[in-house]
Amino acid sequence: MAQATRKKPVATTANAAVSARTLAQTHFRTLRLGTPFQPRLDALAKTQDWYNWAGYRAPHSLWDEELEYFAIRSQAALFDISPMTKYRIEGPDAEAFLDRVTLRDVTKLRPGRVHYTAWCDDEGFVLDDGTLFRLSPTRFRLCSQERHLPWLLDSALGFDVTVEEETEAVAGLALQGPTSFAVLRDAGFTGVEKLKIFDLAEFPHDGGTVIISRTGFTGDLGYELFVPADKALSLWDRLMTAGELRGIRAIGYTALNRARLEAGLIVANADFTTAEHAIRADRLRMPDEIGLGFMIDLEKAHFNGRRAILEARTRRRLRHVLVGLEIEGNIPAEHAIVYYKKSQEVGLVSAAMWSPMAKRNIAIASLARPYGDTVVEDLWVEIYAMRELQYQKLMKRAKVVARPFIKLDRRTANPPADF
Amino acid sequence: MTLFDGIVIGGGHNGLVAAATLAKAGRKVLVLEAAAEPGGAARTEEFAPGFRVSSIAHVLNRLHPDVMKTLELEKHGLQIARADFIPSVALSKDAPPLVLHGAYGEVLTGASSSEQSAWKDLRAQLLRYAGILKPFLSRRPPDLGGMSLLETASLGQTALALKKLGKEDMRDFLRVLLMNVADLLDEQLADDRLKGLLAFDATLGSHLGPRSPTSLLGLYYRLAGEIGGAAGAQLLPRGGMGAVVVAIRTAAEKAGVTIRTSVPVARIIVEKDRAVGVVLDNGEELRARTIVSAINPATTFLDLVGPRGIDTGFMRKVKNIRMKGDAAKLHLALDRPPQFTGADAADHKGRLVIAPSPDHVERAFNPSKYGEFSPEPAMEITLPSLADPSLAPDGACVLSAVVQYAPYQLKEGWNAGKPKFLEAILARLEAYAPGIGKTVRHAELLTPADIEKRYRMPGGHWHHGELQADQMLISRPVSGWSGYDTPLDELFLAGAGSHPGGGVSGAPGLNAARRIIAMKG
Repeated sequence: MAQATRKKPVATTANAAVSARTLAQTHFRTLRLGTPFQPRLDALAKTQDWYNWAGYRAPHSLWDEELEYFAIRSQAALFDISPMTKYRIEGPDAEAFLDRVTLRDVTKLRPGRVHYTAWCDDEGFVLDDGTLFRLSPTRFRLCSQERHLPWLLDSALGFDVTVEEETEAVAGLALQGPTSFAVLRDAGFTGVEKLKIFDLAEFPHDGGTVIISRTGFTGDLGYELFVPADKALSLWDRLMTAGELRGIRAIGYTALNRARLEAGLIVANADFTTAEHAIRADRLRMPDEIGLGFMIDLEKAHFNGRRAILEARTRRRLRHVLVGLEIEGNIPAEHAIVYYKKSQEVGLVSAAMWSPMAKRNIAIASLARPYGDTVVEDLWVEIYAMRELQYQKLMKRAKVVARPFIKLDRRTANPPADF
Repeated sequence: MTLFDGIVIGGGHNGLVAAATLAKAGRKVLVLEAAAEPGGAARTEEFAPGFRVSSIAHVLNRLHPDVMKTLELEKHGLQIARADFIPSVALSKDAPPLVLHGAYGEVLTGASSSEQSAWKDLRAQLLRYAGILKPFLSRRPPDLGGMSLLETASLGQTALALKKLGKEDMRDFLRVLLMNVADLLDEQLADDRLKGLLAFDATLGSHLGPRSPTSLLGLYYRLAGEIGGAAGAQLLPRGGMGAVVVAIRTAAEKAGVTIRTSVPVARIIVEKDRAVGVVLDNGEELRARTIVSAINPATTFLDLVGPRGIDTGFMRKVKNIRMKGDAAKLHLALDRPPQFTGADAADHKGRLVIAPSPDHVERAFNPSKYGEFSPEPAMEITLPSLADPSLAPDGACVLSAVVQYAPYQLKEGWNAGKPKFLEAILARLEAYAPGIGKTVRHAELLTPADIEKRYRMPGGHWHHGELQADQMLISRPVSGWSGYDTPLDELFLAGAGSHPGGGVSGAPGLNAARRIIAMKG
């Protein structure tokens, strides 16, 4: 008995501590976080078609995915990229640090420039791809699909650099489409016409600043804007107002996903499995196996995975290849199996669509070498087309073609065209 | 300028063994030692005027027979005879000690006859099981990725040896493999003194108590060692451990090895993922085809190579190697030989152990988990000057002891804690050898912090990394890189931080050299 009476207060204290902790943690009360633009998105979300993007409530579509796609190609489309993982990397060694972590030569990335890059683990398997913004000689922003803070912090050992996640603090918008430049100019971002492709610059906005880069995920003329979260709504409104007469529309991911496929761009954990997500050993991919071999610079200083990549190249241990396919007919070959001589299974389509711009049936596929690499003839895809509760199996010829599937002069034209 | 095929960083015994083995295979080798003398933690040093002692390692019990043979150490002055084997003596405060004679207790005295027969069985079993592990604990660990025919064959031999044990014995081997030593001893023995001695030996040099899971492995590691062809045997080398190093050094120099002392290496030069040379702390640059680092693995990569030249995953593993020493070394200069209660003259020449029971060792261990030293430490004592009077002035005596537990990160800091710990040790000694305190002319206590500084051993850990299941074999020094090679071409590891581990064995050095020779075909 004596023992029981002594124990009781201890249990109460423990419970009190647990309740206090529970109260302090509210994350589970909101299952999907809203982004800083959520009030505007919610107001426009007629379809209520949401998905989970890195823990955020993001729209698949807002009003009509078909028309949203055409907003990218013929008007100006506004897409909320706030859920994208963002890291602020700063310090005297920031350049050397990023040069060690990522594949491309960061010493060649000038302040005010952006490049698309990727990074690998020790075994040379791709952890993620992303964009690296050089904001100043000593300050960078790294944007990616997945989260990498532990990896980045462990990589910082021996470098005079700080790495901070700023996903929540920084809101992002992609403004893409032929009228996007005109929208920005009319919104009063003076000097934005000077931005060449992959340039970035800072512009005043609402008592603060916004960083605008001429980048995007659509293969079209377009810009990305990064702003402190508390200036997000005023930026949205500024663009929407300025763009009203130029057809500006908010869009969801489905439309963007089509545009990126036409541009031949890949998506981590859609077109390849990132190394830290892959459970099965044969799902890991080296840069050369997903079309990112061009990033590898063996002449630059040491970078993660260099040894493994070099070894795989010399010993010819690259097992896969990612290719663009053009498929006969007009039925999208989404997730279709790729065959050699109609019988031997050699790969899988990871993204496919009928391209309104290219007027071709296009796809991105991963194939087991040598297919898609040295053997490119006699490839087929098997499309299961659902026709009133019955699959119609179509064996269609597939041709390996170069990416991007479309090339728009306006993407790189200088000065950017005024539509 | 002389061009070398290989540069060995660190003139500890493993570095010297690696250098000598490479030189015997026709390589021109240079050894760079930071201290004024080679030998590392296996030196004989003067710690008080006229008193010399084996500085860290003081009992020779695992010098690998292949090292003896390859370097012809007998020819170079290292004589090992059965007559030199010393007993292990489990001291009691008030009774005659229990003594393991010969090679780890071929004969047990001071115990009841039933305990003697129980010990006979247990000893046979321990040696049988340690024998299974022995090939693993001496050769290069199996390369699970691409095993050569030879490796597969030797792995098969081990499987065969396991099979030869018979079904019951094999099951028992697997049952006890990862047990704690205290539970195993309780199963088979009754005498606390004997159990205390074995519990001490199993945990010696590691951050484990007898009741910590896997602590039995430590005893297997000990018994996988042999000297003079006898497993478990031990001796005090004449002239101290430094004499062993002198023999290895002589072998190395005879084979053409150049040894430079007082030349700390500041940096390993890496070009395109290949180690091509070293920079000394005086700025001198030396280049060679192969660089062998026989120093601590963490020092090698964190300090000499630097994280920039190595992949993140590897650095992460290196940073996570646990190496916080938990043992101190005591050297006493005594006016005259001490008298341990109940021990006879032969006992005094042996290895005297204060570890009255497994409980005692466990209690000594407990505070170390929380950053405190043992108030009643367990210890292993030798009096090397009894057999080798050259180590002490006439009539005087040297006492050398390994004392547990002394956590590297003492909460109060070693500056404040060291005098208190010394006091606790001396009180303990006084209890077992009444009157010893009055005869202490000079006392030198090396805490893990001192060992770290003086011998350049991070964490003051003799094994250059905890020797526990998760840091052994294919996980030593880090998983994926246990075969002495490293992510940098032409950089190899050859120290105790590599498989199989610490102790004066020469095995890491020998294996590393063999690996280098094999790779070049």
